[in-house]
Amino acid sequence: MNPGIGYTALILVSAITTIIGFYGLRVSRTTSDFYVASRTVKPWWNASAIGGEYLSAASFLGIAGLIAMSGLDALWFPIGYTAGYLMLLFFVAAPLRRSGAYTIPDFAEARLESTTARYVTSVLVVVVGWFYIVPQLHGAALTIRTTTGLPSWVGAGSVVVVVCLTVVTGGMRSITFVQAFQYWLKLTALAVPAIFILLMLSGTTGTGGAAIPAGTELFPPSMPLSGDSTYSTLSLMVALLFGTLGLPHVLVRFYTNPDGAAARRTTLIVLGLLAIFYLFPTIYGVLGRVFLPGLAANGYPDATVLLLPGTLIGGLGGEILSALVVAGAFAAFLSTTSGLVVSLAGVISQDVLGGSVRGFRIAAVFAAVVPFGVAMVTDSLALAGSVGLVFAFTASTICPLLLLGIWWRGLTDAGAVAGMLAGGILCGSAIMLGAQMGADSVWRDLLTQPAAWTVPAAFLVTILVSKATAHRRSSSVSRFMTKLHVPERPLVVENPRTQPN
Amino acid sequence: MTPSPAILDSMPPSVPSDSTLLLITAVAVVIGAIAIVAAVGFRLSRSYRELGTEAEHATFAALHSAAAAGRQLRNGLEPAGALKASKQLRSLLNCAAFAMTDDSRLLAWDGSGTAAKQPESAVVMGLVAKALSTGRTQVATLEPALRSSLGLPPDGELKAAVICPLKVDSRAVGCVVILSKAPTAGLVRATNEVAAWVSAQLELAELSSSRTLLAEAEVRALRAQISPHFIYNSLNAIASFINTDPQRARDLVVEFADFTRYSFRRHGDFTTLAEELRCIDRYLLLESARFGDRLQISLQIAPEVLSTVIPFLSLQPLVENAVRHGIEAKVGSGLVQISARDLGAHTEVTIEDDGVGMDPEQLRQVLAGRQDGTHVGLRNVDARLRQVYGDDHGLTIDTGVGHGMLITMTVPKNQPGHDA
Repeated sequence: MNPGIGYTALILVSAITTIIGFYGLRVSRTTSDFYVASRTVKPWWNASAIGGEYLSAASFLGIAGLIAMSGLDALWFPIGYTAGYLMLLFFVAAPLRRSGAYTIPDFAEARLESTTARYVTSVLVVVVGWFYIVPQLHGAALTIRTTTGLPSWVGAGSVVVVVCLTVVTGGMRSITFVQAFQYWLKLTALAVPAIFILLMLSGTTGTGGAAIPAGTELFPPSMPLSGDSTYSTLSLMVALLFGTLGLPHVLVRFYTNPDGAAARRTTLIVLGLLAIFYLFPTIYGVLGRVFLPGLAANGYPDATVLLLPGTLIGGLGGEILSALVVAGAFAAFLSTTSGLVVSLAGVISQDVLGGSVRGFRIAAVFAAVVPFGVAMVTDSLALAGSVGLVFAFTASTICPLLLLGIWWRGLTDAGAVAGMLAGGILCGSAIMLGAQMGADSVWRDLLTQPAAWTVPAAFLVTILVSKATAHRRSSSVSRFMTKLHVPERPLVVENPRTQPN
Repeated sequence: MTPSPAILDSMPPSVPSDSTLLLITAVAVVIGAIAIVAAVGFRLSRSYRELGTEAEHATFAALHSAAAAGRQLRNGLEPAGALKASKQLRSLLNCAAFAMTDDSRLLAWDGSGTAAKQPESAVVMGLVAKALSTGRTQVATLEPALRSSLGLPPDGELKAAVICPLKVDSRAVGCVVILSKAPTAGLVRATNEVAAWVSAQLELAELSSSRTLLAEAEVRALRAQISPHFIYNSLNAIASFINTDPQRARDLVVEFADFTRYSFRRHGDFTTLAEELRCIDRYLLLESARFGDRLQISLQIAPEVLSTVIPFLSLQPLVENAVRHGIEAKVGSGLVQISARDLGAHTEVTIEDDGVGMDPEQLRQVLAGRQDGTHVGLRNVDARLRQVYGDDHGLTIDTGVGHGMLITMTVPKNQPGHDA
């Protein structure tokens, strides 16, 4: 591939992101009209922003790669990634917004009135965030390596530098606009080339060159699929459904909604936006199986999305479409990483650096540099898979805290801490052990996809310990529960007299 | 043995490469090892340094127990703290069981051996009733019947209980109870001293809670009042329109009514940035009636921070300060810029005017409360912000004579305890 494509796309996306970050607010919101100035973020905008922040390297590159590599079973990933928002919609979105807490540790402290519970939650959130950033940087490294031939650290490094610069210099003044823009960029970057490729394959444009040979079986029964059992699939779904509930960068976004009802509407729109988006990685994956069968064998199936447009559509058109895909991929790394860095910086600065504005900036650099170090010395085979493991970990730790904290009065600080630690230790050690097991071991499935048993275990421990320590229940639990579940007064009572209509 | 491609293909893909996991394991092991070595080294160095004479050691241990128990009693008499304090105090007195009650129930029971099980609250309260009512230390002999109702073996050797009342302002608010084999004079005196010490801690706790109450009352008293000048000026401005532009006069009266309704509201000490901005909007509409084109406004509000909770009427006085002390005294027109920015975990609101400014030294005097008169609104807001969010969150003001004024207010986004 022409290296110029990679450079252009990378520089363009970084520049546009930074410019919107710095000047978006100034352009769109400088007014002398209070009515304009105090318009809240509409659910549509916020949903796009959540989509922008959520659709990471795993969604943009990883799903297509998994489908190309292991076939039908990988289709569960997009379903799980989307369906997690259903759980968020039903159980968490509105109450969490009403709680007034900005981060998950803030919620833990307010609900349980315990600083120990807060610290444990903070540590878990930071661990989850770091391990979620690592695959993003792997994705960036892969993209740069594939498109420009530069060494891996350039890709990961440039993402870290851009994110640190924008966060530290206050470039997230209009973070909602930036993230919303990233969602639409990602969608365009996948959809436009996909449509061109499909048109070409169906022969209407006549540029020719490639066509699916008649009678090709996309998922031939002779070729063993990944061999996953029902258990693995079930476990994966548990991880993805419950893991979404605890993602720190997604939950921070809900603070932007003016009230609980808007939080629900936003979540509903997110479901729609994600559902549309995930159509396209699936198309790429299927086409990748036909036209780029070598990639999966080489160990870089995640490059399917990047290489497909250039391979199928030659010439200038192919280069432009490739540039678009690379730009979209970079948008994915940048937006997810910056969302995670901002939320981690909030947590770290609050708990370690005393919660000052300066501390937030130091913490932001810290939050980005640590995963960079980890990403440099490791390598990932499957982005969607490693993100899936982060979901399993989140589901076993933070999810019980959130669900029980919101819906069960009986939760105590000791119960929450015990549950989080139990879930974290079980899930963490299962993943570690599973990776060392031979492929034919009977325990392998149980250990590599642990969510199906670690999530119930974490819930069970939380409930039992809470029951045993009922005397530690927070005294203000009734007040807090009322706040979570009673609809609030509307944020701004629109006054019909002053409405210019 | 290298796996054949077929096996590679059949492996579930959701496993990061072994190198990742090995690295993570190695890092975790190294961090764990460093932590253990550091902790052990710290303990060793500490214990070498502190190995003094026997008496020094005993003094240190006693003071350490007392300090640890004191921390637990910081919130007054409540079960969780009382239990932890009881454990420390029992080791101080070296008795079989140590209990704490308030004036109606048993709060904590810490015992060892045969006395390890917590008895019924009512039984203990029966035991302490006399000490509570007389306010004097009682030494009770435990009859076999009483012993069994306390859950002790009837033929055990714990035969005595020393009960000392806890007094706050010479009123008995609870008791400490210790069980021992025989009530020696030394033990009774020591128990008395412990009870006196616990009483002192409780008085401290009471003091600190009344300090909190005082601070809350102060915040309530400081809650900004709408300035009389403003009422007078607004009514005059409205009056001037009644004949020339009755419709505008009517609109202004309605705005005035809405403004007063907001600022006179009784519920809640907090509001959201969005509501406060509406209040400022009405305020500026009324002021514009007086200033006309001389007053220019520019707003830049990040939509993410509109729902930030801020103290009620904490921005409007700042805008009023900019208009009345900045623009009014200035020749020609003036610009007031209001902006709210998202700083991650904080929201930053700035109010800037290009008016006459102020001598920084004089401003310092005003904020320190050494000078009354103008700019009381600033001091009021500053004091409330410090009271609610701590000293780091006071107003930051940049000004100079003839150079306008820039007021910055930073509030944390996370305020689950404050209802808007």
